[in-house]
Amino acid sequence: MRANNGKYLLLPALISVALFTFYPIIQIALPTIKDFSTFKDLYGSFFTSTYNVRVLGRTFLIAVITTFIVLLIGLPVSLWIARQKKNLRQVLSILILFPMLTNAVVRNFAWIIILGRDGIVNKLLMAIGIISKPASILYTNTSIVIGSVYLFLPIMITSLIGSISELNIEVEEAAAVLGSNPFSTLIRVILPQLTTGLLTGAILVFAGTMTAYTTPQILGGNKHLVMSTLIYQQAMTLGNWNSASAIALILILVSALSMILMKKGVKLLDRRPDNAN
Amino acid sequence: MLTSKNKVLTCIAIIFLILLMLPLVLVVVTSFNTANSISLPIQGFTLNWYKNILSQPDFIDGFIASLEVAIIASLLALVVGVLAVYGLTRSNIHHTSAFQSFFLSPTLIPEIVIGFALYQSVIVGLHLPVFIGLIIGHFLLCLPYVIRLVTAGMLMLDRHIEEAAWISGCSAKKTFFLVVLPNIKASIIAAFMMCFINSFNNIPISLFMNGPELTLLPQAIMNYLQNNYDPTVSAISVVLMVFTGVLMILVEKFIGVNELTGGK
Repeated sequence: MRANNGKYLLLPALISVALFTFYPIIQIALPTIKDFSTFKDLYGSFFTSTYNVRVLGRTFLIAVITTFIVLLIGLPVSLWIARQKKNLRQVLSILILFPMLTNAVVRNFAWIIILGRDGIVNKLLMAIGIISKPASILYTNTSIVIGSVYLFLPIMITSLIGSISELNIEVEEAAAVLGSNPFSTLIRVILPQLTTGLLTGAILVFAGTMTAYTTPQILGGNKHLVMSTLIYQQAMTLGNWNSASAIALILILVSALSMILMKKGVKLLDRRPDNAN
Repeated sequence: MLTSKNKVLTCIAIIFLILLMLPLVLVVVTSFNTANSISLPIQGFTLNWYKNILSQPDFIDGFIASLEVAIIASLLALVVGVLAVYGLTRSNIHHTSAFQSFFLSPTLIPEIVIGFALYQSVIVGLHLPVFIGLIIGHFLLCLPYVIRLVTAGMLMLDRHIEEAAWISGCSAKKTFFLVVLPNIKASIIAAFMMCFINSFNNIPISLFMNGPELTLLPQAIMNYLQNNYDPTVSAISVVLMVFTGVLMILVEKFIGVNELTGGK
């Protein structure tokens, strides 16, 4: 193709991303940094308020714990699915994809049925006699983690099935012949080959949980705010738009920074020869 | 060896696969309950909650609005995205990966922040109608899917096919429509479906851009859930699950569901 024509094809995408993503964000950022006293006021008061710092810490912690649980469950499940015969594997992949494509409101709502005061977990625990009155599981940090794990597990499994099917099974056969048991094969042979896949999935889950709104809104209630629900509360309930903008920018910064660091980690840990430059 | 025959692995996998499906099954079960609140075990069988959906104007209007926004935003993203990918993969532009990252950059910004920023600049600043704001926001949500999936499709396409078309006297434009597009049809359909489904299901972007005159369906369900706790929510959830299921069957029939995740 004539070399120059290509440039114009990029224009609509370039303009729309610049105009609709970067310009609005600069527009909300400017009033928060227009002079030093506003800057100090908005960002300083965020970090001096124990309440806000707790929200930031909670957001971060929920994302970290969710990511670990999703990795821990996602690995064995995707390993099992990836090692099935082709037909069954396809059926299982569709089974995983279905919740992934189902509305997040529906998926979180399902957990209200399970974790609520009259939910089945409480009914079950009372029937066995472990607790005498309903425990509050819903509207806690735990319920947010459970909802987030449920939300992101399919994404992790789908992405890991891809990486696992690329593994050369003969390497594991060699390990088995040399006397490695399944568990040490998993830890010492399979895991090192999957670092990139696992970390890529972890980044997706971490960033997704960190910035999610629907799950903490439905399963966290009013007492367990995270950064995104705090933005909404500041803007819509309290009408504090500049403060909401400041929190939005802090959220962008924290999530982008974590993603960049994790991506650096992927590069460092990736020992495949084609990346060793 | 850790094959599908390993007993421990099989147990773990089956338990979690069941746990993955169980919540959705419970939603379906509660939607038929005769009791006025969502509870298990169910006391009797009724379809009244499904009828009740039809008497909720918010759900009906929300469904139509969501459908409109999702279709328009996906189509816009498809046109803009396919052009950009074609430009990137088929001309000698420097810094291809920088452009690629720039097009994917909306995914780096938390969705709720995109919605919040757009609300302030498009609705408050420019006084544009909420509908336009929603289209723009959902367009940004969709564009990265198009860029990723269509790039993968374009990289699979042999350049020589296009060159053959040019040599045979086909114009660049004609080649694009008659040779390139039909060959990347599968990734275009996959991109459209991913855009549509994600736009239709999205909440954070539309969070600030709704009001009495226009509320998208997921938001409408969330609002309803905040004030009521009856099985109507279960019923509309089942309707949405059926909707997702039908879309997946359509995708499977035409291109194969695996195309959606860019898999093999």
